[in-house]
Amino acid sequence: MNQDVTTGRADRPALVVALLLLVAAAVVARDAYSQTITSNYGIGPNAMPYVVSVVLGVLGLAHLFVAFRGGLPKPEAVDRNAILWLTGGLIGLIACIGLGGGFIIATAIVFSFTARSFGRQALAIDFGIGIVLGLAIFLMFSKLLQLTLPSGPLEHLL
Amino acid sequence: MDTFNALMHGFTVALEPTKLLFALVGVFLGTAVGVLPGIGPALTVALLLPVTFKLDPAGSLIMFAGIYYGGMYGGSTTAILINAPGESASLATALEGSKMAKAGRGGPALATSAIGSFVAGTIATLGLAFLAPWLVEIAVKFGPWDYFGLMILAFVTVSATFGDSPLRGLTSLAAGVTLGLIGIDRLTGQARLTFGVPELLDGVEVTTLAVGLFAVGEALYVASKRFRDPEEIVPIKGSLWMTKEDWKRSWAPWLRGTAFGFPIGALPAGGAEVPTFLSYSTERKLCKYPGEFGNGAIEGVAGPEAANNASAAGTLVPLLTLGLPTSATAAIMLAGFQQYGLNPGPLLFAERPDLVWGLIASLFIANTMLVIINLPLIGLWVRLLAIPQPWLYAGILVFAAMGTLAVKASVVELSMLFVFGFLGFLMRRYDYPVAPMVVGLILGPMAEAQLRRALQISLGDPMILLENPGSAILLGLAFIGLVAPFVMSGLNRFKASED
Repeated sequence: MNQDVTTGRADRPALVVALLLLVAAAVVARDAYSQTITSNYGIGPNAMPYVVSVVLGVLGLAHLFVAFRGGLPKPEAVDRNAILWLTGGLIGLIACIGLGGGFIIATAIVFSFTARSFGRQALAIDFGIGIVLGLAIFLMFSKLLQLTLPSGPLEHLL
Repeated sequence: MDTFNALMHGFTVALEPTKLLFALVGVFLGTAVGVLPGIGPALTVALLLPVTFKLDPAGSLIMFAGIYYGGMYGGSTTAILINAPGESASLATALEGSKMAKAGRGGPALATSAIGSFVAGTIATLGLAFLAPWLVEIAVKFGPWDYFGLMILAFVTVSATFGDSPLRGLTSLAAGVTLGLIGIDRLTGQARLTFGVPELLDGVEVTTLAVGLFAVGEALYVASKRFRDPEEIVPIKGSLWMTKEDWKRSWAPWLRGTAFGFPIGALPAGGAEVPTFLSYSTERKLCKYPGEFGNGAIEGVAGPEAANNASAAGTLVPLLTLGLPTSATAAIMLAGFQQYGLNPGPLLFAERPDLVWGLIASLFIANTMLVIINLPLIGLWVRLLAIPQPWLYAGILVFAAMGTLAVKASVVELSMLFVFGFLGFLMRRYDYPVAPMVVGLILGPMAEAQLRRALQISLGDPMILLENPGSAILLGLAFIGLVAPFVMSGLNRFKASED
């Protein structure tokens, strides 16, 4: 498929993973260092984080090594539009719950945006389906399971 | 026998009408969700966990048993009919199963997988029932150091068995363990890695991580390459039933598959991948019709399916007796136990025998229900498979959001779901296994607690881990497991991972 093994150039994704792991190792170590509570017996709450930090560091270095030895498997091309719609749907979901829009509208947003990202061209119809689905789930949860999902203007009408 | 009496008592619990109803609902829901393409048993259990929130522990665990087995069965239906295994354990089934379906023998393929699952599940559950009390007796003698050694061994085997690169498996595991650090330290009350966000004080929910990685990650992954490989459902033609010939060719693979699946599943090694492929290659060698293998040989479905189900029951052995999850599904089930304040392990057998044995008994019941309701309902499941992909994934994401909001209705929780989703997407793209991360999240804090308990007893002397034969052996095995793949494949590994 590809002969990158021999080119000797660093593999970008592997470098990024290496960097992320090293940063995570530093963050974990820093957090452990700044802890204020210590334990009188055995080991304190900062011991495990130090161990984890070392492991993350070693894995980071291993990725650095891999970056120059072939790198990570090469992924397929991405359909950017699909990812954007899906991301939009998820952000819409978070925003809707955060701004008090309620579960039903949030459901409709996720449902219609996801369907759009998978290639359906009927946003309005799917939004309607999403409303019905959200309503059904909300009623099932509140009436049958006595669990309350986030409420907004639509839910207060029920 | 004691075990026999305990099991009979379990049946009196599980056969109460309400409990039977829970089992039925679980089996039905599990199959319905598990049959959807792209949803494996782990995600099925994670998505349906919130539904069981308000039930009593016994009822919800019984429902869980049904969901678990139902999800497994649904997964193999998908593997056979659209050649889209929802998880690696169904890969072997898909090889021959999809060929059989294409050759118009989808019915017998589904039948042998259902009946094989039943046979394997029943034998393996019997194995669980008789092995568990014996293991519990050993487990009560375990010190914290032994548990620590066992967990380290599970860490290594779980990250080495999933996926084909130990480095990527370990990285996934380490990410999970790191997430496990987040929150208030249970022993001292020290907040760790919370960055001043109050929602993080309780730690990361296992279900949020699992749903994010599996559901959102999978949706993003499939969407990103959707124009590439359209999935095709193979319609079921001809008879659903197995011919006499089919029966004759199936029964031995069922038993052999069970013999592979249960012991390997019961080891703290985890993963149904190894036994299913062992079974597949064994059946391939033993098959009297070698020409058929690769073109839809029924042995190639019967064996791996039995192995898959037997190993699923096998993973319940370490989960129930030691509290040790060795698969993503088991990790989520453990989270389900914890939500009721129950800690699986030897103590649970002593304190809540009704619950443990009720659960084991309901595994038998769920298994029986599956084979009874699934063969007649196969038409319904096939129709579920035909849901258009946009609606299917839209629905999956709605359920993901629902599950997360039902656990904790906060923007922080949803944002974590979002972040984990992208992480899962990227991990899939670059071939990092996601299951070790889920196991790491739940097992990491447990390993830490055992280590600290051990070191408290030894007054801080770490040599206690090597002075006790049990923990020394377990840690030695873990070390060998960690080093062996790097030493054995040497430098070739980097070329091999390129493929």
